[in-house]
Amino acid sequence: MASVSVQDVSRNDLPWLVEWRQDKCVLCGMCAAVCTADAICFTASRGGVRGAALRQRAEISHACTGCGMCTKVCQQDAVRPVRNPDNRFPLLARAGGPLKRGGRSNLNPPRTLDKLVVGRISQMTDPALDSERHTFDLRAPLGRVLPVQDLPLRVEGDSLALTAPTPPVRWIYPLLFSDMSIGALSTRAWEAIALACAYLNEQCRLPVRMCSGEGGLPGRLLESEHLKYMIVQIASGHFGWNRILRALPRMKTDPAGVLIKIGQGAKPGDGGLLPAAKVAPHIQSIRGVPRATLHSPANHQGLYSIEEAVQKMHLSCNAAFGFRVPVAIKCAASATSVAVYNNLLRDPYNICGGFFLDGIQGGTGAANEVSLEHTGHPIVSKVRDCYRAALLQGRQGQIPLWAGGGVGQTGHAAADAFKLICLGANGVLVGRLLIQLLGCVGNEHGRCNACNTGRCPAGICTQDMRLVRRLDVDRGAQAIVDYMLAFDAELRKLLAPVGNSSLPVGRADALVATDKAVADALGVTYAC
Amino acid sequence: MCRIGAIKSLTPVSPSWALRLMLPQQEGHDNSGFAMVMQDLDGAFAHSKDKPLLSMACTSKGEQLVNAYMEEHGFTPVAQWTPDVDRRSGLNIAAMPRYVFRNYEYPEIYHYRTPEEREDLLLDTRLALRALLTGRDGAPDEGYVYSFWPDVLTLKEIGDPADIAVYFRLWEDNGRLMARNIVTQCRQNTNYAIVRYAAHPFFLQGYTLCANGENTFFSRNRDFQRTLHRGYAGFESDSQCLLHTLHYVLHELRWPLRYYKHVITPLPLPDMRERPDSDALICLRESLAHLEINGPNAIIALLPDGRMLTCCDAKKLRPLVVGRVEGMTAITSEVCGLNTILPDRDAGADIYPGGRDMVVIDNRLEVLQWRQ
Repeated sequence: MASVSVQDVSRNDLPWLVEWRQDKCVLCGMCAAVCTADAICFTASRGGVRGAALRQRAEISHACTGCGMCTKVCQQDAVRPVRNPDNRFPLLARAGGPLKRGGRSNLNPPRTLDKLVVGRISQMTDPALDSERHTFDLRAPLGRVLPVQDLPLRVEGDSLALTAPTPPVRWIYPLLFSDMSIGALSTRAWEAIALACAYLNEQCRLPVRMCSGEGGLPGRLLESEHLKYMIVQIASGHFGWNRILRALPRMKTDPAGVLIKIGQGAKPGDGGLLPAAKVAPHIQSIRGVPRATLHSPANHQGLYSIEEAVQKMHLSCNAAFGFRVPVAIKCAASATSVAVYNNLLRDPYNICGGFFLDGIQGGTGAANEVSLEHTGHPIVSKVRDCYRAALLQGRQGQIPLWAGGGVGQTGHAAADAFKLICLGANGVLVGRLLIQLLGCVGNEHGRCNACNTGRCPAGICTQDMRLVRRLDVDRGAQAIVDYMLAFDAELRKLLAPVGNSSLPVGRADALVATDKAVADALGVTYAC
Repeated sequence: MCRIGAIKSLTPVSPSWALRLMLPQQEGHDNSGFAMVMQDLDGAFAHSKDKPLLSMACTSKGEQLVNAYMEEHGFTPVAQWTPDVDRRSGLNIAAMPRYVFRNYEYPEIYHYRTPEEREDLLLDTRLALRALLTGRDGAPDEGYVYSFWPDVLTLKEIGDPADIAVYFRLWEDNGRLMARNIVTQCRQNTNYAIVRYAAHPFFLQGYTLCANGENTFFSRNRDFQRTLHRGYAGFESDSQCLLHTLHYVLHELRWPLRYYKHVITPLPLPDMRERPDSDALICLRESLAHLEINGPNAIIALLPDGRMLTCCDAKKLRPLVVGRVEGMTAITSEVCGLNTILPDRDAGADIYPGGRDMVVIDNRLEVLQWRQ
């Protein structure tokens, strides 16, 4: 009997097997050239080039990610990655420390949103609207809305007049491009999203806003009129804020908002993470840092309580922009979200202009896998809980609720958004959906998710200029714009049958649940 | 569907006018009930207009409960009209054993209180009586209290409006039941349970409203209104929300009348920004977003000062028409109703309010058409 070193890593231990059809292959080598994981090589044997064979590296550090770029580039259809269900990767890969990756959770429990149906259709008692013909008012607030008794209104003759300023509120599109930083994204990917945002505003009249992510903004953008489409983010690492603050005197316009990131759904309780591999010179310049792994603290240093958070918003953000810009907070959805929201709602200074909740299905550029898979809170019930907590106090709508984390995960963002709005969200956040539109091939079944490595095969989550050039900015922006126009049409298609021309925020009676437990948890009608 | 109507007259008219206004529209309202609120009364109540008038349908036990409560709380009955009902067989009516229309003197101490305190007393008393008569744990209700307010009478019943009119002898025009303002509708068959409280018109502290349509933002309105005022209760009908908002804007916030329309059907933001009061309008949209209506609704309302108003949803998905002759103006869902009671009017002068219009009729019957 022959001996074998059973501890050696073989290709069968890896999550993806590269399937090669020798009969079709012309040995052009393109598959090996495009593979950013360096998972493919060719071995020569007797017979020279004609005897060469494709070999998958049996190494954890060069494991095939299943991105499929080899298939995309192969004109002979001779190579493709095949999922390997018997792999031992989670056991072996931890030899180098905790597993890290990007993307979303891959555990994929049944989606709550898919158990909800828009079931209250206008039939007979009231007319359904015509999504093509009627006008729809699809706008959502970002900013602190005062209770009516606190509005500084005075009756002057037959009119009402405001006698004092009120907190800034922006009425924007109910889908917001979520925070993905320059650094996490390549400059081209970020530019494509920003370009799509500007195009949607200026050509399509959709006031979509984009959040910068933690990592600052390009200087030229800070000093341009387009800043009005941007929500600038401050997170626990404060990356990029030197540049933002220095640009203040030269800003032509105010940003659309400020978003203080407390946490994110993909890795709640963990700070931002930008591996050194992605801290290229231009990222060092924007963030003002040397080349090193940038790990933002788990919390805002020196921030002890919600009251302090409010003070921080008040002093550092509201004051910085002359109280003209709404300041919102983004938190990971948590069992404590209602408590946080209650505290913000009761803040006597009326400072918080938005509560962004990010659920467990949110994506990220880099996180520990254990965080991605095993920490966090589903977004749907948490949004509903927060809305109902506000409702019991008569405070619904005073701090707009924005929900993210898995919106559009199955490609149907309009349906997801509509259902979340019916449950109490004022609007939704999408991030991963955008990079998927740009060309990201990662998915929630372990495909690719190499955003943390700096070797993104689509040129989206990398700063390697050879890879970044793979991304066509204009085509990427166009894909986002096209999707958003379809999203807008689909949102109307959902509004029309329930007979509404403005957003049915909190109108849970428009939904029915096909799962009794979901119905009970959300307070919607069970239907079967 | 509901069909709604209202008559405003310089001289008092009897309920038969309201019936004749509504019965031609029966294809639209299904003849399942009749309800009306009369304000600025004459006839039996002409001499006690300043005394709160209790309108109630109840059992004899219910009446005893109410009598005991009112006595205990210092209310003294001063006048009463008891309808001489026609109990002939074959009438389609789900009649209650007793109908009470009774004026009370305020409790002694309230002679020295402010009008606002009196208003609160009347509301709290009505709510208390309602709770007193509502059956608990499956027990039947002992009665229904519709209004308790000076110079306002409410009659509601389930059945065929024509039969209800026979039962209460409303056709007979005997001069006992007369008013200068009548708001009415002929449908009991609501979207929800058949409850007498669900029948329009609804009444709250001098404000009367009935609506035709479907308030598709009912749950949003209801959830928000529940925390605004103790009088915003019941919610047996989605249209009650429209009354609550009217009361909130005019009685609680004390804003000019036109802001009611701005609250229930906010202008699109670009239009708002062009208005001189845009700052205020935008704040209203933000702070009172949950009072917006967004379905098909036509509204007729009567205010405490006697002004009558009508408006509809922003898409004008339900019809309304206003017609006039010398001394009388009427509003209703369908023009056939106007043709019946005002056949000699100038139909060319009829007003069909649009989605952004509000029509207000004052006590001299001057009609103000205001565009939002």
